[in-house]
Amino acid sequence: MAAPETQYSKHSRQAMIGTLGDKLFKGTAFFFAAMVLVVLAAIILMLFKDAWPTFQTFGLDFFTTEKWDVVNDQYGAVIPIVGTLVTSFIAILIGIPVSFGIALFISVMAPEWLKKPVGIAVELLAAVPSIIYGMWGLFYFAPWFSENLQPVLTDTIGELPLIGQFFQGPPIGVSLFTAGFILAIMIIPFIASVMRDMFDVVPKDLKESAYAMGSTTWEVVWKVILPYTKVGVIGGIMLGLGRALGETMAVTFVVGNAQELMTGLFYPGSTIASTLANEFNEADGLHMSSLIALGLILFIITFIVLAISKWFLLRLGKVQEGRST
Amino acid sequence: MTQESSIDQDSTGLEASALSASGNTDDLLEKTNYIRAVADPKIVLRDLSFYYGKFKALHDISMGIPDRKVTAFIGPSGCGKSTLLRVFNRMYDLYPGQRAEGDLILDGENVLGSGIDVNMLRARVGMVFQKPTPFPMSIYDNVAFGVRLYEKLKKSELDERVEWALQRAALWDEVKDKLKQTGGALSGGQQQRLCIARGIAVKPEVLLLDEPTSALDPISTSKIEELIYELKDDFAIAIVTHNMQQAARVSDYTAFMYLGDLMEYDHTDNIFTNPDRKETEDYITGRFG
Repeated sequence: MAAPETQYSKHSRQAMIGTLGDKLFKGTAFFFAAMVLVVLAAIILMLFKDAWPTFQTFGLDFFTTEKWDVVNDQYGAVIPIVGTLVTSFIAILIGIPVSFGIALFISVMAPEWLKKPVGIAVELLAAVPSIIYGMWGLFYFAPWFSENLQPVLTDTIGELPLIGQFFQGPPIGVSLFTAGFILAIMIIPFIASVMRDMFDVVPKDLKESAYAMGSTTWEVVWKVILPYTKVGVIGGIMLGLGRALGETMAVTFVVGNAQELMTGLFYPGSTIASTLANEFNEADGLHMSSLIALGLILFIITFIVLAISKWFLLRLGKVQEGRST
Repeated sequence: MTQESSIDQDSTGLEASALSASGNTDDLLEKTNYIRAVADPKIVLRDLSFYYGKFKALHDISMGIPDRKVTAFIGPSGCGKSTLLRVFNRMYDLYPGQRAEGDLILDGENVLGSGIDVNMLRARVGMVFQKPTPFPMSIYDNVAFGVRLYEKLKKSELDERVEWALQRAALWDEVKDKLKQTGGALSGGQQQRLCIARGIAVKPEVLLLDEPTSALDPISTSKIEELIYELKDDFAIAIVTHNMQQAARVSDYTAFMYLGDLMEYDHTDNIFTNPDRKETEDYITGRFG
């Protein structure tokens, strides 16, 4: 009669180890999860604390002054903020239609055997390190652009009233426009992937219904698929925008790093991230504080953009739930 | 109601024109009779086969579909009835690897030929699916969708057409005050009637219904059935259904399909009261399927 007894005690011992292990595991997991919040809070706190001298010295003028004068210790954030927004805007302006075309091709038009390779190629674009994009932009794209495309653009669109003034600048290649263009290439894989996923989840019945009305592929895409996936597509664009805003290395290579405010997009300029990357090494005192204040601003802009994208994606979930019931 | 019974004993070779058939007692050639079962067919299928890649899902189906009548397709799951319906508007064209062989003649024209404008064909042959598929737009825009693709109407004419279609689909009274609301906000039954309204708004010649009530509650189902009965005044209707009572209620002709073959095709009354084949009787009495 000993055998069942030992078996029984063995069981209970295992059970005890089990509960203890569960508790340990739960505690560890909770610790790691909490660390995320702690680190986030620590970063925000550090940004605020170190940016404080700048806000104390310049007040709200920091947001409206375009002077970034290291020699006289006068700092304003307008040029980097504008540079960041302008390059990101150019990036999504170029990126959206291209991503749309890529996603559409992969999801709707490509023959079955081509979908996988093209999809993987697009995802590989996302895996290229940003510094590679920067070097390619600086050594190949910028010279080519300034010699070939820029004169053409200046002579054509540059002659138009109103928008013409944006297409001016010296033929040196590094400029806000070049930075925006490189950014576009960098965010296209992200936007295209999200769009493709969205297009893929459109119910087959819905697509077939649209075809059954005698629609062409273009009409199906434009009138049914796009409205159906609208929310998710916007979320994907916001995700790409968030990435473009914070991109540092590639932009620093090609943006020209000039602290001047010019209307022409072919003039060199700066973004928040490029200013930080360029000046951190030799900064101290108020200069350092102002750089950190720039970082805080970038953090807030990116946070807002990501929050909007999350909100859109959440709404998408709700919309689809609502449809299925 | 047996005056046009399909099983009269004279028929002809399949290669001959179905409508000019005469004199042959070969039992295999009853297929031709399935074409002749209908006096003045809107659609004629002749030796229609269908392939999913290498798999042959439909075997040499021949039959005539009458105009302004309801033709029901019944049979156990996987018998090919939905597949057959999707040949009528060439829905299979969307999928590489799917192909049809044989003839599908709509008003004397073989629509399976390569010279056919598939979009125009689909404008002539409307389709309603199993699940309601309102487009992500307003009720009005849903109904106007197909009309806008093919006709340039003035606003007032378009308004009239939308109202007409919604009236015909017995939905007008329920939605006339909320035409600007999204179609997705309607109930399942209303959505399905919206899809029917969308289908008939372009004034097609043929309306295909692929199990249109299988996702609906009994009340919505009976509404749709009444609607089908009304609509046959204007269109040739082909309906696929799992529900044999439904087939008996709404259809004039019934085709029983099994494993990709057209087993029997006749007046609905004949099929349900006096089926010719053992398999048909077994299926409609619920002994299999």
